[in-house]
Amino acid sequence: MRTVYLDNNATTAVAPEALDAMMPFLTDRYGNPSSMHAFGGDVAGEIERARERVAALVGAEHAAEILFTSCGTESDSTAIVSALEAYADRRQVVTTRVEHPAVLSLANHLERKGYEVVRVGVDREGNLDVAELRAVLSDRTAIVSVMWANNETGVVFPVEEIGRMAKEAGALFHTDAVQAVGKIPMQVGRAAIDMLSLSGHKIHAPKGVGALYVRRGTKFRPFMIGGHQERNRRGGTENVAGIVALGKAAELAAAHIGEECTRVAALRDRLERGLLDRIPHSIVNGNREKRLPNTLNISFEFVEGEAILLLLDKIGVCASSGSACTSGSLEPSHVLRAMGVPFTFAHGSIRFSLSRYNTDDDVDLVLDKLPGIVARLREISPFTRSA
Amino acid sequence: MAWDYSEKLKDHFYHPRNVGVIEDADGKAEVGSIACGDALTFYLKLDRDKKRIADARFKTFGCGSAIASASALTEMVVGKTLEEALRISNQDIADYLDGIPQEKMHCSVMGREALEAAVANARGERPEKVEHEEGGLVCRCFGVTEPKIERAIRENDLRTVEQVTHYTKAGGGCGTCAEEIQAIIDRVRRQQAETRPSAPPAQPRHLTNLRKIALIQETIEHEIRPALQKDGGDIELIDIEGDKVHIAFTGHCAGCKASGFTLAWAQDKLRELVSGSIVVVEHDAEEASR
Repeated sequence: MRTVYLDNNATTAVAPEALDAMMPFLTDRYGNPSSMHAFGGDVAGEIERARERVAALVGAEHAAEILFTSCGTESDSTAIVSALEAYADRRQVVTTRVEHPAVLSLANHLERKGYEVVRVGVDREGNLDVAELRAVLSDRTAIVSVMWANNETGVVFPVEEIGRMAKEAGALFHTDAVQAVGKIPMQVGRAAIDMLSLSGHKIHAPKGVGALYVRRGTKFRPFMIGGHQERNRRGGTENVAGIVALGKAAELAAAHIGEECTRVAALRDRLERGLLDRIPHSIVNGNREKRLPNTLNISFEFVEGEAILLLLDKIGVCASSGSACTSGSLEPSHVLRAMGVPFTFAHGSIRFSLSRYNTDDDVDLVLDKLPGIVARLREISPFTRSA
Repeated sequence: MAWDYSEKLKDHFYHPRNVGVIEDADGKAEVGSIACGDALTFYLKLDRDKKRIADARFKTFGCGSAIASASALTEMVVGKTLEEALRISNQDIADYLDGIPQEKMHCSVMGREALEAAVANARGERPEKVEHEEGGLVCRCFGVTEPKIERAIRENDLRTVEQVTHYTKAGGGCGTCAEEIQAIIDRVRRQQAETRPSAPPAQPRHLTNLRKIALIQETIEHEIRPALQKDGGDIELIDIEGDKVHIAFTGHCAGCKASGFTLAWAQDKLRELVSGSIVVVEHDAEEASR
């Protein structure tokens, strides 16, 4: 059975070019970049090349503004904890109710440790309440952390505007751009963004490598304390192979960003239109105009998401759901709840997230099979209205 | 999260048995709700002698194990008398499916609840729609009462709050009732350790009208109101007619989808502390203005 992978916001396939690029560093070129000898020292040059490529992808002005980490979560933790340590007289963290757990759980942890945390809400379409955010900023705010795009709905937040607001309040601005990087063009150097997190495995590099952009001149305190690696900003011997693969993946992403916004977007739009046309009582969650080009979050009323996923899985289609039974808790996704999506829809939400490796055949298979799956579950559901 | 479902459970999900409606059912029950993420409507039809279950049908909104549990239940009850059917425990449903993941045991509990309610309905004991059980509300997020939690603990020998959440969903939302659940576990285990027959139900008390009114006021003031105020709600005593206590919910409680549970909980408190025959009704504002 062919696997139709439509869960690219969860993780992505490693690009063959990225795999090829990293292999020598898992075999012959195993040297430590910190070594004095050329066998190790030469590897350091490869890390710097990767740094330049990542800097180019996000539009950083200087390669040295990129520091490599182990994942998006480490980047987020580093940014937020650094800001709180660097601005110890400011005790407030401002974030949103729809962040990834990497930020939300950290915020909860900081709150328990005595920091003040404000979580700004979103409207029914998942748009951030920018006025509410502006109102809470003050000289007590150490850091504002707002994701560039939401992982569940794909809704894009106005990070440049929020960055300016943070700057006016004298606070640092960090954005978790894990979902946005490689999908939409960005010029972080020209925006009022102090720190930006990204993750390798969301852009066709392997798991276990991420990066944090830190604008030159930003007060910074390391999270991983150890050796002098990454200019004393992140201790620990570098994940050389992962970093090299991330560099290659960044180069590929930059080259394909036009395709993301055209061909991938067209595939997503065809999937969306086709499902809405074929399946009654279905709605799209999130602002359809301000959205990542690859993401579709769609709800089917009166049916439950896990049941849909199990039936999709049986025909080789990989997607995810915001239903209670798949969220690892007993409640539906915190993002859909923050948006106020009615329960009749929230439990039946499915997220399809595409990549440049998807084809028309993938979309056709879902359009062919999913209407029958939903109809079958509605037959079983006690809530189905007689149409 | 990928669940470790047995082949038999998967078979009952992919090919559910006895999906449907029995128009002239002898017993019907609706349990769960769309807000809570799963719901089950269960139908029973007795044979001509009204002795044995001749047919059972279901409709389920829910995940794979919820659908499979209901499907299994229909197969398990056919051919049984109502008494025999009532002996089916939630563990029996799980066993029939070669096991259900621990986190999903509440699906089997929902099946057992629907079965009991349908049998009660067939015997003319209960309306088909089960809004809530009698008893104090512990988990407000999922509307789970103390008797339901206590029963799940006893029947399945549960020892941790997490297990109680897996079996009843209680504590699976905001989590603020975790301590209360732990207290119930501790109490049940103490009682089990003592292996003493439980105390006989409280005798009805003979109260003068004035004494009763005073007791009702005291109970609302000191027992009920503080609990509601903790959640941003409030209660107002409107009138007392014999055993009928008219109240109104204000603040967060007004229009809250869980106010039905709150009402039942308030009634339970008054029955416990004042008189077993008390009935609490929500004051109808429209009727009052007429």
